[in-house]
Amino acid sequence: MILNSKIPQGPLEHKWAYYKKKAKLVNPANRKKLDVIVVGTGLAGSSIAASLGEMGYNVKSFCFQDSPRRAHSVAAQGGVNAAKNYKNDGDSVYRMFVDTLKGGDFRAREANVYRMAECSLNLIDQSVAQGVPFGREYGGYLNNRSFGGVQVSRTFYARGQTGQQLLLGAYQALMRQVGKGSVQLFSRHEMLDLVVIDGKARGIIVRNLDTGEIERHAAHAVVLATGGYGKIYYLSTLAMGCNGSAIWRAHKKGALMASPSWIQVHPTSLPQSGDYQSKLTLMSESLRNDGRIWVPLQQNENRAPNDIPENERDYYLERRYPAFGNLAPRDISSRAAKERIDAGFGIGPLKNAVYLDFSKAIKEQGKDKIKEKYGNLFDMYLKITGYDAYNEPMMISPSAHFSMGGLWVDYELMTTVPGLFALGEANFADHGANRLGANSLLQASVDGYFIAPYTIANYLADEIHTGKISSDTPEFEQAENTVKNQIQDLINIKGTKTVDHFHKTLGKLLYDYCGLARNEEGLKYAIQEIRKLKQEFYKDVRISGQGDKMNTELEKAGRVADYFEIGELMCYDALTRNESCGAHFREEFQTPDGEAMRNDEDYQFISAWAWTGKNGGPELIKEPLIFEEIQPTVRSYK
Amino acid sequence: MDLHLKIWRQKDRKGEGKLVDYDLKGLNSHMSFLEMLDTLNEKLITEGDEPVEFDHDCREGICGQCGMMINGIAHGPLKHTTTCQLHLRSFKDGETILIEPFRAEAFPVKKDLKVDRSAFDRIISSGGFVSVNTGQAPDATAIPITHQTAEEAFDSAACIGCGACVATCKNGSAALFTSAKITHMAILPQGKEERSKRVMDMVAQMDTELFGHCSNTEACEVECPQGISVLNIARMNFEYNRALFFNKK
Ligand SMILES: Cc1cc2nc3c(=O)[nH]c(=O)nc-3n(C[C@H](O)[C@H](O)[C@H](O)COP(=O)(O)OP(=O)(O)OC[C@H]3O[C@@H](n4cnc5c(N)ncnc54)[C@H](O)[C@@H]3O)c2cc1C
Ligand code: SF4
Ligand code: FES
Repeated sequence: MILNSKIPQGPLEHKWAYYKKKAKLVNPANRKKLDVIVVGTGLAGSSIAASLGEMGYNVKSFCFQDSPRRAHSVAAQGGVNAAKNYKNDGDSVYRMFVDTLKGGDFRAREANVYRMAECSLNLIDQSVAQGVPFGREYGGYLNNRSFGGVQVSRTFYARGQTGQQLLLGAYQALMRQVGKGSVQLFSRHEMLDLVVIDGKARGIIVRNLDTGEIERHAAHAVVLATGGYGKIYYLSTLAMGCNGSAIWRAHKKGALMASPSWIQVHPTSLPQSGDYQSKLTLMSESLRNDGRIWVPLQQNENRAPNDIPENERDYYLERRYPAFGNLAPRDISSRAAKERIDAGFGIGPLKNAVYLDFSKAIKEQGKDKIKEKYGNLFDMYLKITGYDAYNEPMMISPSAHFSMGGLWVDYELMTTVPGLFALGEANFADHGANRLGANSLLQASVDGYFIAPYTIANYLADEIHTGKISSDTPEFEQAENTVKNQIQDLINIKGTKTVDHFHKTLGKLLYDYCGLARNEEGLKYAIQEIRKLKQEFYKDVRISGQGDKMNTELEKAGRVADYFEIGELMCYDALTRNESCGAHFREEFQTPDGEAMRNDEDYQFISAWAWTGKNGGPELIKEPLIFEEIQPTVRSYK
Repeated sequence: MDLHLKIWRQKDRKGEGKLVDYDLKGLNSHMSFLEMLDTLNEKLITEGDEPVEFDHDCREGICGQCGMMINGIAHGPLKHTTTCQLHLRSFKDGETILIEPFRAEAFPVKKDLKVDRSAFDRIISSGGFVSVNTGQAPDATAIPITHQTAEEAFDSAACIGCGACVATCKNGSAALFTSAKITHMAILPQGKEERSKRVMDMVAQMDTELFGHCSNTEACEVECPQGISVLNIARMNFEYNRALFFNKK
């Protein structure tokens, strides 16, 4: 298979305009005849469902939460990037494009990245018009702050709850369409399979999570906006429900998975405190604007942080990366923390954390100023840990956070299955090997508000004469039976171990062998272990309750079953890439002073994987990356 | 630490519920309340029982999904805290804890501790938005908004839709939730145009959903995890009367 990324012709800055000019349109009268399914109600899903509803298509919107407003986008704290240059500090679409491409370590498509930067201008306008209360200056103009990895202030924020406010804007736009009847809402429904007819995506099979009923839904196009799969590590910054099942099941129906092993580890989450723990809470990256990161100079230090004098502290980021210091990109900051922790300088009860210290900022700016900027984060820290970070430094530690990988999509955000689109974190696009902060809210939003409305219409224009899609076909029948059989098989195992036990074991394996650092031996070992664990799961998992009733354990079991396969592919992917790039750090490929060593000659491509069935391994298909505008350089944050 | 739990178990919407006793021993006081329920469920599953169904997702106090009544208080003893942000250090060793679903006519129980809060979505869908289409918004700074106004709007916009206000209210009123949205929109220039129609429609929807009336007990603000102020309710009443006075929808 040859992958066609469908990048439009012409110079970079005109490609998107050229595409829009040439894209096919659907006459308003014909739109009513076309059905679209949107799975997911995060920023990507709500925005595309609302946009298509507005345009007059029949839209069905699905999510597994009890309300679309609870999609995981709600949790994003720090902010969203846009090249508005309101600060007059030299920002521009072009600079944002360069920063983003560089931040992704030259493993993203130029044209996509440029378009994201270009559309960033509209997103702020759109959200403000919806009533999103972004932070403002006293004069009434929008305020910005700077985020890790860039030297201009291009991040817009709504206190520490930017994702929540952006999502509420999108959710309200969605609910407006629900009220008008142009979008039909199915909350507490989980997509369990994709239906492909004559090579095109034509519908989905879902389970009503309240009743256990299995339903068929048909449409002319299917959009997956189902978020990331970082929860595969079990301990991560993601919500409990986040999973990779929707994209994985689409993968098994023919959509390629790209760059699955590129997982961003976030440097500022709270450290693990015990085995019972179910998640690691993220402390916003914005804290690094004022907090200084350090560890004691002495190994196995037991003094309280405030008792350690200044000259016995190692501000290792400021020391190693003077140009960026505490704002060094996430992969670099995370690895530097892990390096110090592994070397025996970690702090806290489990010696698995580093300090994030605000004493200097409080001294200089006053407690009130810090409170205004980050108050809710300090409160959250107090609630979770019982410590007051105004008086002593926070303890932070790296944790799995964001999956750059996902379904492979072309410039139109269409997967390799015609009619199947993937938006937001569910696709692999735009972030390369290392997403910079504040770009993924942006990507999810612009995919849904500004890009997919054009590209999906372009696809639907050829579907006007197809007529209603029936869900009464052998393909639907077969997909429904597969789903029902899987549920019954899981229920029938009646073993001895819980689903969470398997999820935790898998997560630990991935942290150890396919986490912040990887090597060949470890990855090969992990693949064997994941296979064994999967076999054990199918023999020994225990799910109580029934398949045709509300059953949370069953929901989790289906997701963990998919995680085994995704985890294996992650290891494969990491194994084939003999280089270090962005978040992907292969220990065999590093410079003498421990920095990542990229290999453009051999690895300047996107790895897309095809599912070949149960026993054959995955097949690698390469999409070469061509850089016309800027030439890859070595990333240096020194 | 050891805890004795009394948990409301109810098979489905129509089923009759009852309190069931469970004992947990050797818990770590740093555990969150939901991690304690996870621990209970692990135990129930390995013993062949059905786990307790409860709603939750983000576990960081922001999605609004994890509401339950703990010792008769929405989200438990700590003020302005969601259930997922409550930790066992707030309880005493050996304590008995009563855990029940949110109760309100408009929030029917689905199973065990899960309730149906879709009425909130319908209230939003009746008018809780600015009617702006995609892709044609004016430049964001073209609408200057003072720092104070933006912050004030934020205070109201921060509602997480958890429903604790309804569960706490003796009348089962959704006034705090609805008024937070009305205030958020009414004080921003973007939302001003539709303010009359919005308040009329949203209040009407509240009634249709069988939420009770607000009788100003102010219990809601006390339990609200986001500290949404009851002044929002005053604002809603003002907006409502204003809309009536000008008789425009
Ligand atoms: C703690 C945290 C902080 C973050 N902070 C920032 C930040 O400051 N700036 C930034 O830019 N990014 C941030 N991010 C990343 C960003 O929030 C996400 O990448 C982005 O919101 C993803 O949006 P989405 O629409 O793709 O998916 P989501 O918002 O995750 O939505 C996924 C949707 O899919 C649904 N779904 C999934 N599977 C199924 C299924 N099988 N059937 C039915 N429905 C399904 C879910 O119900 C949900 O509605 C943060 C992420 C986390 C976890
Ligand atoms: S007003 Fe407060 S208690 Fe009520 S739904 Fe909103 S956040 Fe929850
Ligand atoms: S689980 Fe999201 S607020 Fe508690």
